[in-house]
Amino acid sequence: MIIVSFIQRAVMQGIPLLFGSTGEILTEKSGHLNLGIPGIMYVGAISGVIGAFFYENSVGSANIVPLLAVIIALLSSMFGSLVMGLIYCLLTVTLRANQNVTGLALTTFGVGFGNFFGGSLIKISGSDMPSITLSATSNAFRTELPFAHKLGAVGELLFSYSFLAYVAIIIALVSAYILNHTRVGLHLRAVGENPATADAAGINVNRYKYVTTCIGSVIAGLGGLYYIMDYANGIWSNNGFGDRGWLAVAIVIFAIWRPNMAVLASILFGGLFIVHNYITIPGLGVEGQELFKMIPYVVTLIVLIVTSMRDNRETQPPEALGLPYFREER
Amino acid sequence: MLRLQSFYYGGFTVAEVPAIELKNITKTFGEVVANKDVCLTVNRGEILSILGENGSGKTTLMNMISGIYFPDHGQIFIDGKEVKIKSPKDAFEYKIGMIHQHFKLVDVFTAAENIVLGLKDEGRYNLKKSTSKIKAIADLYGFELDPNKKIYEMSVSEKQTVEIIKVLYRGADILILDEPTAVLTPQETQRLFAVLRRMKADGKAIIIITHKLHEVLSISDHVAVLRKGEYIGTVETSETNESELTEMMVGKKITLNIDRSDPVNPVDRLIVAGLNCTNHDGVKVLDNVSFTAKSGEILGIAGIAGSGQRELLEAIAGLQYLDSGEIIYNNPKTEEQENLRNKTPIQIRELGVRLSFVPEDRLGMGLVGNMDLTDNMMLRSYKKGKSAFLERSNPKKLAEKIVEDLDVVTPSISTPVRRLSGGNVQKILVGREISASPSVLMAAYPVRGLDINSSYTIYNLLNEQKEKGVAVIFVGEDLDVLVELCDRIVVLSSGKVTGVVDARNTTKEEIGLLMTKAFGKSEGGKK
Repeated sequence: MIIVSFIQRAVMQGIPLLFGSTGEILTEKSGHLNLGIPGIMYVGAISGVIGAFFYENSVGSANIVPLLAVIIALLSSMFGSLVMGLIYCLLTVTLRANQNVTGLALTTFGVGFGNFFGGSLIKISGSDMPSITLSATSNAFRTELPFAHKLGAVGELLFSYSFLAYVAIIIALVSAYILNHTRVGLHLRAVGENPATADAAGINVNRYKYVTTCIGSVIAGLGGLYYIMDYANGIWSNNGFGDRGWLAVAIVIFAIWRPNMAVLASILFGGLFIVHNYITIPGLGVEGQELFKMIPYVVTLIVLIVTSMRDNRETQPPEALGLPYFREER
Repeated sequence: MLRLQSFYYGGFTVAEVPAIELKNITKTFGEVVANKDVCLTVNRGEILSILGENGSGKTTLMNMISGIYFPDHGQIFIDGKEVKIKSPKDAFEYKIGMIHQHFKLVDVFTAAENIVLGLKDEGRYNLKKSTSKIKAIADLYGFELDPNKKIYEMSVSEKQTVEIIKVLYRGADILILDEPTAVLTPQETQRLFAVLRRMKADGKAIIIITHKLHEVLSISDHVAVLRKGEYIGTVETSETNESELTEMMVGKKITLNIDRSDPVNPVDRLIVAGLNCTNHDGVKVLDNVSFTAKSGEILGIAGIAGSGQRELLEAIAGLQYLDSGEIIYNNPKTEEQENLRNKTPIQIRELGVRLSFVPEDRLGMGLVGNMDLTDNMMLRSYKKGKSAFLERSNPKKLAEKIVEDLDVVTPSISTPVRRLSGGNVQKILVGREISASPSVLMAAYPVRGLDINSSYTIYNLLNEQKEKGVAVIFVGEDLDVLVELCDRIVVLSSGKVTGVVDARNTTKEEIGLLMTKAFGKSEGGKK
């Protein structure tokens, strides 16, 4: 059964990546390279933690209403990442600042923001441990389907996850459908490929950029929340989220800008991320495990090399990715 | 709805209200008059050609009809009613469709996706339904188009078809085509004309901008001629001929009084033989181009914009990949012959072949906008010296000398060149290339956008170089200038040399005819 538990853990590792990469794919489809995703995922996580913390503290963790706890954590998380998305849009869409610089600044800011408020909450809670535990809210998040464990391996593999995991997959599949089969998706892709053409066709370029970038941020922020509430059992510790945000950005390339591909890619990357816990190679120490964690990035590099060599227009990033659009500069 | 209407038959138009009528349209940009008192009339079921040289205001005029510019004076009537076209959206509502020279298409989309892009009022998004409507339009007018083909897989002509169907799909019945044949092969041009004739038979009003005379004669019912922004007149195509149109287009000779000395013992300096070059789109931009540039003379290169001038100069400078051909340089120092095709751009520059190319965006090649005058001088001298540190004093002196000699108006030599006016930028560019005492000086459009006085400064500079025995190659737009400044003129048309004329014994009409000359009977779709 080790393989079943490996796949289960791989999926749980993959879901935060899936949220992050779906959000980033939508953003990049509008022509914006948001390298602030790792920071936004941090902010999404800490915002949810803050909401849940004050709710648990005000009513006492034994008396929480599970549904309300989930809604409060979700809304505060979404609010936090929405604000991050708006900051990014204001700088890159309206003020046409350099997208790479803005994104990296947001990542630095988001990680610092998370650690600052995380540290503050730890101080308020007066805990001895350098972490906050929100088990009551986490339990509400991790409510499982009643029949999950009665169906053997199938139940474990397909139905044993919490609702946010299914939300992630649904969001990814719906995004893929919208991008390829609706007028909104067509317009969005046109904005990311060739904003001047989209503008000439009467599409409001800046509105599309704002809306998709903000939606992308909110989706990515949910990945941070999932990590804390589900994967980490409601325990926030500073820097606990690690560099998963960058992995999400790498998945965008691996999935060649397709949200449905991102579903599989996320689970694969999740598996690669933890595979060192499941295979024992004699003589491999703690330092060698770090080499294993490198595998996802190596795979991404190989994908980049292969897609560049094949030079197929279908697998290239949106043409106007990273370029600010200014109508008068035609 | 898409039924052929038959009120046009056998060359007679039924008397009716014009589809579009322009009265006394005037547009100025600052002090430059782009259009002055232009009057046009196009009926349904009619094709009007607008003929004029570069800079005669054709595109400005069309941009006013399609809502990109707004006229200063004058009236526009659609179906007899006066209208104000303030934006492209207004133009679209009046069923005016413009097909620009530069396509606005998303490369990774299919033709159908591009055609429906931006349309909102059709209920559910249904590409299949749109595809069948596109096919119906294509069949009606005889277009060949696969709606599911991606744009990046298409030829230029297919992309143009997509653009035309795009405006038809939106219901346009007044079509404006801006130089539609500039990028097409003769066969593709013929196919386009066949389609245009069918649209005309369907009762569309069509305006086609072009400067190819044979095309004007073969496709249009009327020709309106513009010259330097002024409206010269409209003639019936059936009652005119090439020479009358050329005369209307180039106008009477204007005397400029540019000093021109006779070449002093000219020797062959640069022998260009059989150059062939193909661009990214697979279009032949240079076709067996041969000529000789002599020392001590100014060789003019005339041609409609985009006839291969840029590729030709870049080939000589070593910046352009050639399919075949030779560029032989007679080195005046060593008396040896060298083939420039085997040399790198730096080697060519060291031989004394200098290119001062003024592209459309002026700063694009040659100068760096954000750098100051001294730094821009150093772009040509950064390899000098062996020290690890930059030597700035000589470039600084050179910058000061150019500012003084050429009357460059600049706050200081440490001002970024992008802050200077166009004329001053051009003086700096030409001045720097001249300072290296070249043996071949190529200047492309050096007076573009300059006022009269600055232009004369540049002419005098080129004449000085000529008198020093430099072989000067001058690519120009204004035929009056070419005729008065140059000693000989090579005329290019669609990448081919259509003639080499003696500038002292030629006329603008002769050059104008050579510039628009076609090759073979297949081109132009003559009836």
